[in-house]
Amino acid sequence: MAQGKVTFREDRCKGCGLCITACPKQIIFLDKNKINIQGYNPATVEKMEECIGCGNCALMCPDLIITVERF
Amino acid sequence: MEKMLMKGNEAVGAAAIKAGCKYFFGYPITPQNELPEYMSRELPKNGGTYLQAESEIGAINMVFGAAGAGARVMTSSSSPGIALKQEGISYLCGAELPCVIVNMSRSGPGLGGIQPAQGDYFQATRGGGNGDYYTPVYAPASIQETVDLVQEAFDVADTYRTPVIILGDGMIGQMMESVEFKDIQKRRLPQKDWALKEHVEKGSKKLINSLYIKPEEMEPHLQKIFGKYDVIKKEEVRYEKFNCEGADVVAVAYGTVSRIVRNAIKKLEEDGIKLGLIRPITLWPFPFEAFDEISPETKAFLSVEMSMGQMIDDVKIANAGRLPVEFYGRPGGIVPKPIEVVDKVKEILGGAK
Amino acid sequence: MSIVFERTRGMVDMPLHYCPGCTHGIIHRLVAESLVELGLMDDAVCVSSVGCSVFTYNYFDCDAYQASHGRAAAVATGSKRVLKDRTVFTYQGDGDLAAIGTAETVHAAARGENVTIIYVNNAIYGMTGGQMAPTTLVGQKATTSPNGRSAELQGYPIRVCEMLSTLDGTAFAERVSVHNPANVRKAKKAIKKAFEVQTAKQGFSIVEILSTCSTNWGLNPTDSLKWLEDNMIPYYPLGNFKTPEEN
Ligand SMILES: Cc1ncc(C[n+]2csc(CCOP(=O)(O)OP(=O)(O)O)c2C)c(N)n1
Ligand code: SF4
Ligand code: SF4
Ligand code: SF4
Ligand SMILES: [Mg+2]
Repeated sequence: MAQGKVTFREDRCKGCGLCITACPKQIIFLDKNKINIQGYNPATVEKMEECIGCGNCALMCPDLIITVERF
Repeated sequence: MEKMLMKGNEAVGAAAIKAGCKYFFGYPITPQNELPEYMSRELPKNGGTYLQAESEIGAINMVFGAAGAGARVMTSSSSPGIALKQEGISYLCGAELPCVIVNMSRSGPGLGGIQPAQGDYFQATRGGGNGDYYTPVYAPASIQETVDLVQEAFDVADTYRTPVIILGDGMIGQMMESVEFKDIQKRRLPQKDWALKEHVEKGSKKLINSLYIKPEEMEPHLQKIFGKYDVIKKEEVRYEKFNCEGADVVAVAYGTVSRIVRNAIKKLEEDGIKLGLIRPITLWPFPFEAFDEISPETKAFLSVEMSMGQMIDDVKIANAGRLPVEFYGRPGGIVPKPIEVVDKVKEILGGAK
Repeated sequence: MSIVFERTRGMVDMPLHYCPGCTHGIIHRLVAESLVELGLMDDAVCVSSVGCSVFTYNYFDCDAYQASHGRAAAVATGSKRVLKDRTVFTYQGDGDLAAIGTAETVHAAARGENVTIIYVNNAIYGMTGGQMAPTTLVGQKATTSPNGRSAELQGYPIRVCEMLSTLDGTAFAERVSVHNPANVRKAKKAIKKAFEVQTAKQGFSIVEILSTCSTNWGLNPTDSLKWLEDNMIPYYPLGNFKTPEEN
């Protein structure tokens, strides 16, 4: 299976969670230990090695802050 | 160019085409139907587009779209239809879009009647829609003057980036007179560099907009627009002053009624009474300066209107409390007869002289 | 390493003002991506309407108008009649298009105006705080239907695509949704097709996109997607209602 990598433009995240529901690997979560400049807990991924680069998270992000790479 | 006999409404259309109008968005209403009909016939022959909208609201918003794209564009209607256009006119003013709007007015309120009336003076001169704005308003008194003013109106619209209103009435629209399409001296018009273009220039995003959500941006926007109004008030005021020197009474009348007053002037002359006439050609800006000099013989101003009295408010402002301001009006679609004006003047002067 | 997804250049790089999870943002992106991929972005003309999406003119990297409430189709008509070779589209909510702007919309379609309508149906007046819209479902609560829309009192929601597809001037009408990635992909296909119809001068095209309004629906963004799927799609079936014949 392909390996992927996602990057979030954290400052613009509104913590809506739509990316979380869309991720088939269930690896995205809202980082409760962080608050971005807008006052939201931003979305993040810890187990990046599990990302398959499917792009679903980016397709659902209403704020266009996710970049997805595949290798 | 030779003279030809034309109906007012058609003459407006011919003048608009001559002035380079390429788009017309119409909707039927009496007594202006000959204008959209003429445009539907003649505009395509002159490389333009006539489109009948679903309503006056549709038409004025099509004007918004075409004006934003830099086109010379016109729409026309009569009183109830002009009422529907007010929202659009307010948006056009907010977005600073040039266009010409013709109102061949009839009586109201409501559906009113279809005969000539002047009950739309407030609507035209006070900005009939929401917000802080005015539109230049031309009130022609003959078909020739209508033709000349239509051409002028397009240039004024482009010069100041504003909608301009031609306020006629059923009489001006329907009657036939001989006209000549003179070559009006062309103004030097500014480039429409704000308008959307057929070919996009890279990196210059254009926006046609009346939304300024921040008060600190809306206020300067309005101040800028009103700065233009100051220039219009200085440069564009038009009026005719006739027979005022030593007049016993000075009538103030525009459009159709001014013709009646002229006839009354002749009749009164036979009785040794001198009636003057101030005829505003621009209703906004109102020709206040025409009232600056009053002959010592003049005893009163008389506002003659085909309404219950609307322009009289401006006459009172212009008079500034110096003389009595009298009123004679026939609303509802009745054109007063010269003798009625004669009698009113005699009444003002305290009976037959 | 290859980039499979990045921000489209069709949108100006600025934060969107929408509520968290509001699917207006997804729809913006689909419109911008479609225009860029079709090579139409620079030539596009956006007519923004009045609703939560009033500021779309800031977001799309192209020329724009801001139209009065409901009149976008008429403004687009005037614009397209002058700018015949540009891609003119409106972006309108359900209150804007299906209530106050019904006449302008129906007649633009009937005339076969060669413009594209992006119609965002969230079954509510979002911007003004959640009042009942012409598209609010029977039984759905809104601030002006506090006990739920009653068919007896307030009638029935309007199915815009079905209605417009009866008109000869309508060349393309499709209803899509953005409640999950598969549907987002389909939505983009429909939007692209609508712009292609305009480019081919085939007439009026409309894409109705079912969208969420978690703020006024009183749900969180994820539950809103589910609510859309469970409640809106049964009443507003997805699919194509009209498309020009291939030749
Ligand atoms: C003439 C006029 N009437 C009413 C309004 C107030 N208004 C602003 S937005 C809106 C409704 C928007 O709802 P919709 O089109 O569904 O867009 P949404 O916000 O849901 O995306 C209304 C009624 C207005 N701006 N102008
Ligand atoms: S690309 Fe796919 S697998 Fe990777 S985080 Fe996004 S949704 Fe999950
Ligand atoms: S969808 Fe976008 S805005 Fe929402 S939580 Fe995920 S990254 Fe943040
Ligand atoms: S009010 Fe509703 S439609 Fe408007 S931005 Fe918020 S979620 Fe979106
Ligand atoms: Mg809505």
